[in-house]
Amino acid sequence: MERPIIKTDHLTFSYHTDGEATPPVLTDVSLEIADGSFVAVLGHNGSGKSTLAKHMNAILLPTGGKVYVDGLDTSNEDLLLDVRRTVGMVFQNPDNQIVANVVEEDVAFAPENLGIPSAEIRQRVDEALAAVGMSEFATHAPHLLSGGQKQRVAIAGVIAMRPRCIVLDEPTAMLDPVGRAEVMRTIKTLNRKSGVTVVLITHHMDEAAQADRLIVMAGGHVVADGTPKTVFSDVEGLRNVGLTVPDTVELLYELRQDGLDLPLDALTDDECANALYKLLA
Amino acid sequence: MALRDITLGQYFPGHTIVHRLDPRTKLLFTILFIVALFLCKTIVSYAIVAAVLAISILLSRIKPATILRGMKPVMLIIVITAMLNILYTTGEGTPLFQLWIFRIYPEGFLTAFYMILRIMLLITCTFLLTYTTSPILLTDGLELLLSPLKKLHAPIHELSMMMSIALRFIPTLIEETDKIMSAQKARGADFETGNLFQKARALVPLLVPLFISAFRRADELAIAMECRCYHGGEGRTRLRQLRYTTADYWVLAAGLALCVLIGVLRHFGW
Repeated sequence: MERPIIKTDHLTFSYHTDGEATPPVLTDVSLEIADGSFVAVLGHNGSGKSTLAKHMNAILLPTGGKVYVDGLDTSNEDLLLDVRRTVGMVFQNPDNQIVANVVEEDVAFAPENLGIPSAEIRQRVDEALAAVGMSEFATHAPHLLSGGQKQRVAIAGVIAMRPRCIVLDEPTAMLDPVGRAEVMRTIKTLNRKSGVTVVLITHHMDEAAQADRLIVMAGGHVVADGTPKTVFSDVEGLRNVGLTVPDTVELLYELRQDGLDLPLDALTDDECANALYKLLA
Repeated sequence: MALRDITLGQYFPGHTIVHRLDPRTKLLFTILFIVALFLCKTIVSYAIVAAVLAISILLSRIKPATILRGMKPVMLIIVITAMLNILYTTGEGTPLFQLWIFRIYPEGFLTAFYMILRIMLLITCTFLLTYTTSPILLTDGLELLLSPLKKLHAPIHELSMMMSIALRFIPTLIEETDKIMSAQKARGADFETGNLFQKARALVPLLVPLFISAFRRADELAIAMECRCYHGGEGRTRLRQLRYTTADYWVLAAGLALCVLIGVLRHFGW
């Protein structure tokens, strides 16, 4: 297997308050994220999923174990800029990530910081805006855009760095359904078309179901790791850590409890309908 | 109270020669213009300075009505200044008339007139600057103009970064204020009635959440900036590079000429 883009090696983390360590937020997390994959990290509030995300580009440094980004040790301060330009990060609130008061100036922020020549910045900005479908808003003021549009600008601001991986920490949590759909579409296109590795932190089952690989976190541990189909099939396991499953799986699960012979790995409405249809036919 | 109506350094996009000038040129020209304005002594010099400004406004295609509307909030200051000048200026001849303890001289009216003219011209020229220059170009221009001070370890880049972030967050915070206000009103908060002291007290439940949220925003923004490789002004390039053109040199020359002309006129008592 080629070198993983992100690798956590027995990662443990606890916050220090007044010199005393509080109970660990992450305990012994060892993961490898393959280059070009689309990984969702699912978990409740306090499961450690955001803390894990913040280790992926050295916002937080492990108190135990190591994190490697493209083979670079994130705790090495000399490599900080290299780590951050390899793994970009998008946060929940788009308002608090936009720096400039013109869309294209904001997208240019990261390349400007990297000292890239003006002509190339121009090119990167245009490409990044096109990639998120916001080209026509290049000279608009960000505060007049909708939530979904703002979040797409924030994503463009990160991909203008040309990172190999983007970590999105609940990017849709503050958006309406339309905005959520826009952002999810953008993320998927980036992964499929540009081959950018995507790590999506979320607590929405339906978003997690769209990934290639699903990691479930609870209490600072990884409790499940696999394709969404296999992970969601373990209905009891998920319930034990306080998570529900997508409605489709829920329905099939209840029917199975009543003795019907149904598969549990139907994630989309179509798959669920097909399974039911097969049973009835 | 319609918070959205606040216009602070409002910018009207356009493509006229005034819009396209380098922001540094416009800043320097504004400074030269203000110097000339303060050198003015008689109506002749004022007329020249006013004519220069009028031409600039015409070239910028900014509607005079817009500028007049912007003048409204400072009307009170203008009126008070005029009153004080009329009341307190003492002339050489006999007073026109006596008003309570004040002797009103004809010179008072003349000084007041010049003062009004000066304030209005001053405000108009700064309006023209902000109306025709986007805030981001303005801060860029300032940063470049002040960059020699970096050698003296003055934090010029940091200051201009702070300024542009402040400009960026004004609309966001106004929106937030509106939201908190509605939320507090829904719980019976009263922002409109009472005397000044009561009104000020009523702002506490508005300002406390606003400040807390502003601090949280600052924290998140700082992390987001770090994630985008921000590490201070060193080695930073810009999307838009400012370059002086021939027009810029002409405008700067005109600004200097204006200063010299008014200075010479002043020297000869005009």
